[in-house]
Amino acid sequence: MIMQTTDIPFSIYRFNPEKDKKPYMQDFTLQIAKGSDLMLLEALIELKAQDETLTFRRSCREGVCGSDGMNINGKNGLACITPLSSLKTPITIRPLPAFPVIRDLVVDMTQFYKQYEKIKPFLQNDNPPPAKERLQSPEERAKLDGLYECILCACCTSACPSYWWNPEKFIGPAGLLAAYRFIADSRDTATEKRLEDLQDPFSVFRCRTIMNCANACPKHLNPTEAIIKIKDRMLDEAT
Amino acid sequence: MGMANFSFDAIIVGAGGAGMRAALELAKSGFKVATISKVFPTRSHTVSAQGGITCALGNADPDDDWRWHMYDTVKGSDYLGDQDCIEYMCETGPNAVYELEHMGLPFSRMNNGKIYQRAFGGQSKNFGGEQAHRTCAVADRTGHALLHLLYQQNLRAKTHFFDEWYALDLITEGTRVLGITALCIETGELAYFKSRTTIFATGGAGRIYQTTTNALINTGDGLGMATRAGFPLQDMEMWQFHPTGVAGAGVLISESVRGEGGYLLNKEGERFMERYAPHVKDLASRDVVSRAIAIEIREGRGFDMNGISYVKLKLDHLGPALIKSRLPGIRELAINFAHADPIESPIPVAPTCHYMMGGIPTNRHSQALMLNEKKEAVPILGLYAVGECACVSVHGANRLGGNSLLDLIVFGRAAALHVTESLRSGLPASEPTSTQVDAALHRLQRWDNTPKGESFVRIRKEMQTVMQMDFGVFRHAKSMEEGFKKLKALKERLAHAALPDTSKVFNTSRIEALELDNQMAVAFATAASAIARTESRGAHSRDDYPKRDDENWLKHTLYLPDGSIETRPVNMKPLTMEPFQPKERIY
Repeated sequence: MIMQTTDIPFSIYRFNPEKDKKPYMQDFTLQIAKGSDLMLLEALIELKAQDETLTFRRSCREGVCGSDGMNINGKNGLACITPLSSLKTPITIRPLPAFPVIRDLVVDMTQFYKQYEKIKPFLQNDNPPPAKERLQSPEERAKLDGLYECILCACCTSACPSYWWNPEKFIGPAGLLAAYRFIADSRDTATEKRLEDLQDPFSVFRCRTIMNCANACPKHLNPTEAIIKIKDRMLDEAT
Repeated sequence: MGMANFSFDAIIVGAGGAGMRAALELAKSGFKVATISKVFPTRSHTVSAQGGITCALGNADPDDDWRWHMYDTVKGSDYLGDQDCIEYMCETGPNAVYELEHMGLPFSRMNNGKIYQRAFGGQSKNFGGEQAHRTCAVADRTGHALLHLLYQQNLRAKTHFFDEWYALDLITEGTRVLGITALCIETGELAYFKSRTTIFATGGAGRIYQTTTNALINTGDGLGMATRAGFPLQDMEMWQFHPTGVAGAGVLISESVRGEGGYLLNKEGERFMERYAPHVKDLASRDVVSRAIAIEIREGRGFDMNGISYVKLKLDHLGPALIKSRLPGIRELAINFAHADPIESPIPVAPTCHYMMGGIPTNRHSQALMLNEKKEAVPILGLYAVGECACVSVHGANRLGGNSLLDLIVFGRAAALHVTESLRSGLPASEPTSTQVDAALHRLQRWDNTPKGESFVRIRKEMQTVMQMDFGVFRHAKSMEEGFKKLKALKERLAHAALPDTSKVFNTSRIEALELDNQMAVAFATAASAIARTESRGAHSRDDYPKRDDENWLKHTLYLPDGSIETRPVNMKPLTMEPFQPKERIY
């Protein structure tokens, strides 16, 4: 029996600093069984079997590790949870914008991580811990929902024009989401200091509520909302 | 040679839960400590753990007792677990979990503000009585929350991170470990890490199978390095097949679905677990449930979709509110990978390779072990192993759900405590000779010098097929022998396989080639150990030896680098408790 197949055309950003003077787009074709569907990551793995030099990051392949953020038909997302059937062809894949490209779809995320570290992403509590757990009501805990689930894939920050202009000064949506995760935690006692650290004109205030971050987030989180809440808390503290 | 080198008190290979728990303890003690990880730490496979972390806090069951947890774990292990280590884990568990809470882990909460605990498989009150609720949970994203927490805490403690560095091999002087060689993935730069102590936290190796819940990075790197350095691997026949991987895709659907009240159905609409485990039904141990599903499918009561067999996991009766609050991650995975919203329709599931109970043998302090001339197990100077790559052994022949995250934090910390002690008592550093360093680079040179030949990608695929077909849920001497023969041929081909991409910068093809050496080593150890163990115990289920044989096999298998199999006794001497003697295992 001859299997019925469909050809899926791809156009993929290529750049190998050891041999390419500048980046270029390369066409690929993937044959898949008619009526079947693959996740984009599976397709990239198949294409890598055609051309082993094609380079991208991947790990969990189920949308929780945040390795394979990339720009897919103009929108940032995770390759492993993007079905080919949801994409118009040719499928155009580029690295995440706003970061230096290391090779092909692999970007240098140093600046992104630095901004994350800047907000001191760990619980601070001056009181000695009790013998058992610190108590937290379900309502208090519910305030962390939508904040702690971030996977640091950088789809949001990479989509943010304010970050494009000021990557060194504006914390960016991912870092600010993490900042608010600790501000919102009933167990954290450093709220005042956290807000103070963000008071300069850039760290938070470069956010222009463009909302690209929320549109890009593959985990359906809303960094803009968190940023607005940080600003609200600053106002509360000031008055 | 002009090779970069780094010097540390302790290096930790792997930055998942176990590695970062160890790193945190050591960094806080003021030691110079580095993690070396092939991925950025939060991309490690701990991130995929869903259901929770088990320990007897007594929040959900006020009288809960760590001794009951210990009993369940020993029974769950089918009596292959070492009882001294199991006692240590269950007894210190609650404090280890409180520590996580103090660090800020966002546990789900009960109405009284305490940590939420749910029911999981194989859990009982009062040594085999009614169902317990012992698994502490962060919704169904416990691993994600734990991994990010430990990364954040290590940032605070100023641990050195070598992210996207790939460990190649151990540098050894006889049987003493001096450090490792490693490759910077971004630049292709080589370096050696000299360290007074080396802790392996390299995770599992589920990618030796075709279908697995494991991340693509789970290639058994630590095990490959250990066996190449001449050290043994223990209980490698023991692979857990999780009852509920999404059929086809293999993505994990947490046991917490059944813990919260979901159940399995066959094609006839029957709740078949009632036949296999009348008492606890869907919450029997994972080996029991996986075998039950496999039998249902084998006897024609499974569903079929384009050749993929499965049963259904029903949870719509739990209602949208519970599913959204307790199982939000599962819902997302089911929608993405099974095209089923569990609020409305059941999830197609099948047993899927999930967890390696075997690994580098260690003692209660996480010291890696080898056999001396008298064939006694003794610590390897300078080497530790923690987490899934280690075989402590607290999981024996079958791990209980929720015990792996506990294993990570308890033994990650235990390793750090022992390392601290040996560093403080003056464990000397030793400068490796260039010959010793070169020896740990041979493998890389072999690949770098073979740009032409057979593609290793094909060999990998074939190896995964062999493991899936011949070393799965049910095993038999005949098929295993045939499988082993195929593996031997594949290993021979692998020795000459090519790496056509000779570039240096972020050459992931080169990393995959190096990983395959390790996968093949793990597959070999699995095959040899599985053939050797002529009984059925826990996850190792043989059609030709269907019974457990305590007389001959209440012992660990040791796979030695020359391919031979030795055994060592199970530790049946708990620290303070009376030993739990083997009994028939009924759920």
